[in-house]
Amino acid sequence: MNKPVQIPRTVPRTSETFTEYAISEIQRAAATGIYDIRGAGAKRRVPHFDDLLFLGASISRYPLEGYRERCDTDVVLGTRFAKKPIELKIPITIAGMSFGALSAQVKEALGRGASAAGTSTTTGDGGMTPEERTHSKTLVYQVLPSRYGMNPDDLRKADAIEVVVGQGAKPGGGGMLLGRKISPRVAKMRTLPEGIDQRSACRHPDWTGPDDLEIKILELREITDWEKPIYVKIGATRPYYDTALAVKAGADVIVLDGMQGGTAATQEVFIEHVGIPILAAIPRAVEALQDLGMHRTVQLIVSGGIRHGADVAKALALGADAVSIGTAAMIALGDNSPEYDEEYRKLGSRAGAYDDWHEGLDPAGISTQDEELAKRIDPVTGGRKITNFLKVLTLECQTIARACGKSHVHNLEPEDLVALTVEAAAMARVPLAGTDWIPGRGF
Amino acid sequence: MCGIAGLFLKNESLEPELGGLLAGMLGTLCDRGPDSAGFAVYGATQKGRVKLTLRVPADADVAAVEQALSDATGGKASVTVRNSHLLVALPEDSEQAVRKLLASRFPEVDVVSFGRRIEMYKDMGRPDRVAERFGLASMSGSHAIGHTRMATESAVTTSGAHPFTTGPDQCLVHNGSLSNHNLMRRRLIREGIRFETENDTEVAAGYLAWRMQSGDSLGEALEGALSDIDGFYTFVVGTEHGFGVLRDPIACKPAVMAETDDYVAFGSEFRALADLPGIEKARVWEPEPAKVYFWERPHDGR
Amino acid sequence: MTVVDLSSTSVRELNQALHDLDPQTGEKRWRVLNPRGLHAIAVGLNVPIEIEIDGHVGYYCAGMNKLATVRINGNAATGVGENMMSGEIRVAGDASQCAGATGRGGLLVIDGNASARCGISMKGIDIVVKGSVGHMSAFMGQAGTLVVLGDAGEGFGDSLFEARLYVRGTVHGLGADCIEKPMKDEHKAELRAKLDAAGIGGEVDVSEFRRYGSARQLYHFNVDNVY
Repeated sequence: MNKPVQIPRTVPRTSETFTEYAISEIQRAAATGIYDIRGAGAKRRVPHFDDLLFLGASISRYPLEGYRERCDTDVVLGTRFAKKPIELKIPITIAGMSFGALSAQVKEALGRGASAAGTSTTTGDGGMTPEERTHSKTLVYQVLPSRYGMNPDDLRKADAIEVVVGQGAKPGGGGMLLGRKISPRVAKMRTLPEGIDQRSACRHPDWTGPDDLEIKILELREITDWEKPIYVKIGATRPYYDTALAVKAGADVIVLDGMQGGTAATQEVFIEHVGIPILAAIPRAVEALQDLGMHRTVQLIVSGGIRHGADVAKALALGADAVSIGTAAMIALGDNSPEYDEEYRKLGSRAGAYDDWHEGLDPAGISTQDEELAKRIDPVTGGRKITNFLKVLTLECQTIARACGKSHVHNLEPEDLVALTVEAAAMARVPLAGTDWIPGRGF
Repeated sequence: MCGIAGLFLKNESLEPELGGLLAGMLGTLCDRGPDSAGFAVYGATQKGRVKLTLRVPADADVAAVEQALSDATGGKASVTVRNSHLLVALPEDSEQAVRKLLASRFPEVDVVSFGRRIEMYKDMGRPDRVAERFGLASMSGSHAIGHTRMATESAVTTSGAHPFTTGPDQCLVHNGSLSNHNLMRRRLIREGIRFETENDTEVAAGYLAWRMQSGDSLGEALEGALSDIDGFYTFVVGTEHGFGVLRDPIACKPAVMAETDDYVAFGSEFRALADLPGIEKARVWEPEPAKVYFWERPHDGR
Repeated sequence: MTVVDLSSTSVRELNQALHDLDPQTGEKRWRVLNPRGLHAIAVGLNVPIEIEIDGHVGYYCAGMNKLATVRINGNAATGVGENMMSGEIRVAGDASQCAGATGRGGLLVIDGNASARCGISMKGIDIVVKGSVGHMSAFMGQAGTLVVLGDAGEGFGDSLFEARLYVRGTVHGLGADCIEKPMKDEHKAELRAKLDAAGIGGEVDVSEFRRYGSARQLYHFNVDNVY
């Protein structure tokens, strides 16, 4: 008797092009007829600070002792034109995130936490809340295309003013907040009907282009009697030109946000496919400042995927004056924490993957307007977590800086870095480790 | 991003003041465009003669250029030196020979403008100083357009400064930022148009030149621009007899006009017009989007 | 009456003097000469004074105005009264683009024409234009009223929220989601009140106006709204 012949089969293989995610998205699109909207920043792997390494002390360079030998971290922003520049104790600020995207409790926690650490927070697309102004010792007030809540009293109450041209997650896109998060309070602040899906303009209503931005900045200075630093925030696309133009338009500070920078809500394709990694953007922005003789005169704050003190140190080494955190601050408060995994799964996600911040159903109570969920964040405890996190970022950055022999974190320079990959070397303009080679720039 | 100024004199007695008035307008527009400046003045013409404006590099042998011009025109060329530019007036029928000569023997010399009336000067630096260097205040003519530049996506160089020549006695200045100029440039290169810079305005100028070479009037070429050129723009075009204005359909970039019995003026901001004589009585208005406007002195053929 | 001549005083000095005024100030009437198209004149006013400006002004004149009454005896460039909070601004001539942009309150009256984007993103301001308005006027208008005695350009009220628009002349083209709506008695009363506030008396009949508002079809993201 012959045994049935087992014909071998190949192992099942998924596609690198039509991935599990791509298949699910195509089928979701076919079912709904509308694009996918989510929060957070670019999730796919792009060249980032992880691809850079510091050259620590050696026989040719000597380190500083911890504690006794100082490694200073202070930074002054807005020295170019403002009568009252901003003095921060640490080179890490909290990025602009709106009340509306976040709950009032979170805005208060961020204010408390940043103030205790000696740094600033930033308002977002909804305007300034009393909670944030009360609890934030240094508050940057955003002027966005939507102008929700914009008013001169808040301009005068602010410590700095940030004209938002764009953000890294969606350079060229406007604000977005979906109906469930347009609570009565949010609706009132934004002068919108409750419960509608907010669509916002992508360009400013009363100026387009750097020549007219210059006049708008003049107006903002005149309203505030030239006291406050004016920041200009750009999503990373053409950072060389944008930095030069912002300087020519009269900015005191440039805020540069890479594609890993988060958003409360926008189209998935916008997040993943528009804008460049912060690693590629910083050197070009610094080059523009240097070409204009403005490096350190016009300060540069960078953001987009800052997670720990090594990221901070690398950004500073590439020439930034400070960094900003957004997503990391949310995570410090509990976003995507494993303790909520069961609740995330009920929403069709899981801990570590949750990005449906636009839905307002956040189990962590952060990206929501729901009263019950928002109670899960206690502003005082949350504030302490933020302060702790900022402290760790600072200590880690100082540890690295001391190992490189720096008595101030601003003395970190590109020559302290090498790259692990050819892409990172080319983008960051530092040599591939163990070589003198910077791709694109010769030997 | 930039500032544009234009002045067309209806009253001939104001012609000696043209340069001074334009210089004042450009001075006001320095803030909008600090990087470089340029202007085209439509001055006196002589029967049978044309003018070339040449830009020579700093180390050029100007004497050799002058000699060559003299030889090629039987001594009939006249040369005026204005800083880095040479204004050359020569007989009409020697223009082609002179341009061939310049291209072969002096390739480093750029022909910035050509025509019966136009003179064009442009350089890097603050617009008020650029105007001074070229002696704009003392120039006279029937009309002029000027530009102050804040470079957006291309380098700050002299060849990147506006205006750009589009044909004989024609030039273009632009305020705004185009979005399909690279596509358009490659198409125009295949049609035989040559480019020296990465500048978007140079592409718009090349487009207009190409359309007119293919038989369109300037007005038809500008109408074509509305469909073929993408982005944000206010265009001002200088012609032999006057100037034209076109704003894109979205019209975010500014454009202010003022008209009196004596002149029609254009400025990116009213501020640039504020010192013109009689401005208090002028009719001040703004051109509509996607509409081609022309002001010209009456002349044969139109 | 305090007179400031901008040919010898800077805009900065003028604005600082205005900002330094006490709310109870006795210097309640100001006159500004020779504005010559300068930008940011009388911005950020915060006190109930009257200012008269003799000539054409530049961008953002009386921007973010609160409580003050500003009269411009000339034309105004881009963004006159932008983000106005309260008070009154009157432009005797024409207004350039974005007049009253994002305005939250108060009254802006333009005796001449307003250009493109009049009342863009308005959030509660009342605007009355005796002439015509240009294209994209009341774009994304959220609240407030825009009254136009002349015509309205293309794209009128595009992406409108709840701002209420009244036009006597011709609307050359409606923007996305902007439709004509019935004029009920309450609307006629509102319109009458705005006209009166602007100083336009009974010679203008409210029945000559048509009302425009949001069709509210874009209030929720929907496949059928895709453009």
